[in-house]
Amino acid sequence: MTARRVAARTVRPLVTLAGLAALWWGVARLGGVPPYLLPAPDAVVRTMWMQRGLLADAAGTTLLETVLGLGLGMLGGAALALAMTASGVIRRWMMPLVLLSQAVPVFALAPLLVLWFGFGIASKVVMAVLVIFFPITSSFFDGLRRTPPDWLDLARTMGAAPWRVLVHVRLPAALPAFGSGLRVATAIAPIGAVVGEWVGASSGLGFLMQTANTRFETDLMFAALLVLATMTILLWWGVDRLLARLLYWVPDSVVD
Amino acid sequence: MTQARPAAPPAIRLEGLGLSYAGSPVFEGLDFTFSAGTFSVLLGPSGVGKTSLLRSIALLDRPTAGRVMADDGASLAGRIAWMGQQDLLLPWARVIDNVTMGARLRGEPIARGRAEALLRRVGLGDRLAALPSELSGGMRQRVALARTLYEDRPVVLMDEPFSALDSVTRARMQDLAADMLRGRTVVLITHDPLEACRLGQVILLLAGSPARLSSVPAPDGATPRPADDPGVLRGQGHLMRRLLDGVAA
Repeated sequence: MTARRVAARTVRPLVTLAGLAALWWGVARLGGVPPYLLPAPDAVVRTMWMQRGLLADAAGTTLLETVLGLGLGMLGGAALALAMTASGVIRRWMMPLVLLSQAVPVFALAPLLVLWFGFGIASKVVMAVLVIFFPITSSFFDGLRRTPPDWLDLARTMGAAPWRVLVHVRLPAALPAFGSGLRVATAIAPIGAVVGEWVGASSGLGFLMQTANTRFETDLMFAALLVLATMTILLWWGVDRLLARLLYWVPDSVVD
Repeated sequence: MTQARPAAPPAIRLEGLGLSYAGSPVFEGLDFTFSAGTFSVLLGPSGVGKTSLLRSIALLDRPTAGRVMADDGASLAGRIAWMGQQDLLLPWARVIDNVTMGARLRGEPIARGRAEALLRRVGLGDRLAALPSELSGGMRQRVALARTLYEDRPVVLMDEPFSALDSVTRARMQDLAADMLRGRTVVLITHDPLEACRLGQVILLLAGSPARLSSVPAPDGATPRPADDPGVLRGQGHLMRRLLDGVAA
């Protein structure tokens, strides 16, 4: 990639952000909206700086919950998808449960999970796992099911044992699909953690937003929101780059 | 560099072989013997059931009637190498690992030296660590040929293996295949009359509905026959005529 294209890639989102900030500033400062409803961006940035210790602590908690949730959900989802591929019995019994995990809104479960797993990070990790379990499991399972039949025929003529076909052909062939699921999971895992924090917690960005909201510290709420968004985007970007490197054979056609 | 010949390749006998698809017969009552150690080419219009026939021999599809057997009485299972129209290379595996894929799938030790020697013979000795995406279509098909040969099976079944290649690359692949598969029982499907006349020691036509097998005299001379050999050109014209008549009928 040329230096110009790199520059264009970096500059373009910055221009978009600056445009959004200008619009925000215009509405807040010139539109006569009171600051407790919509604080101006400069006020939010000032608050962000003044409360940086508080925000960093909260972000650390939420990041830990998100990463633990992602890790556990990824392992659990991948294991279940593999088990459902290897065994028809497991597939028939577990498929309704996988669907159920998506059909029940996590918001509705949140109070229950806090009741069961406490105010600490455990309930938030469980929440994040529940949120990402479905995209991980279903995308990986789909990938495992959709091995090109010609590859399977070739493996059959080679006299391959089914589990070796799974390990050497179907599993690697499903990794790009798994990667898509993981990207989606990375983007939504923080939502699970934050929802958990709203319901009951003693730290974290969701907890901070909740308390700031009840005290009409709207600027702090916005600051926490910005930190959360930045954190999610950076996490997603890191996972995306890592996947692009691990799945070296998959054409990365959206590099532009 | 010579490769060890597999012990006595069997002839393949079709006995009353029939296959129905969705209730209507693709072919029925096929009786034929593919001679041992002979390169047979099967030609026919598309959709006539060539691939179905080859898949039945490869034990990938179960025939609805009759059977496929080796003339030595032993099962054909484990004695067949398959090469398809697509190269079917695993995109995440390097060239050398694609060639040894069968060993990995069977949990056998990997004969890396033999795989390297095969790749050198198909002219890819310097691309062992390349990924399939870094190779041209012709190179990929040569890797697939090396993978087929690595299996070292007495019977080799090929379903239009060169049809996606340009004509020059295709001619080179035909030379290579004729040379490297000599002595094995080969059944190759093609829709290209020139390919049939260059490679076939036996040329067969599958045509009609339900399809029947008929033998066509092969041109004289050892294979691979030159593309400009008068016998090859005459045979090619004759086959083309038969195919056109068959389609019209």
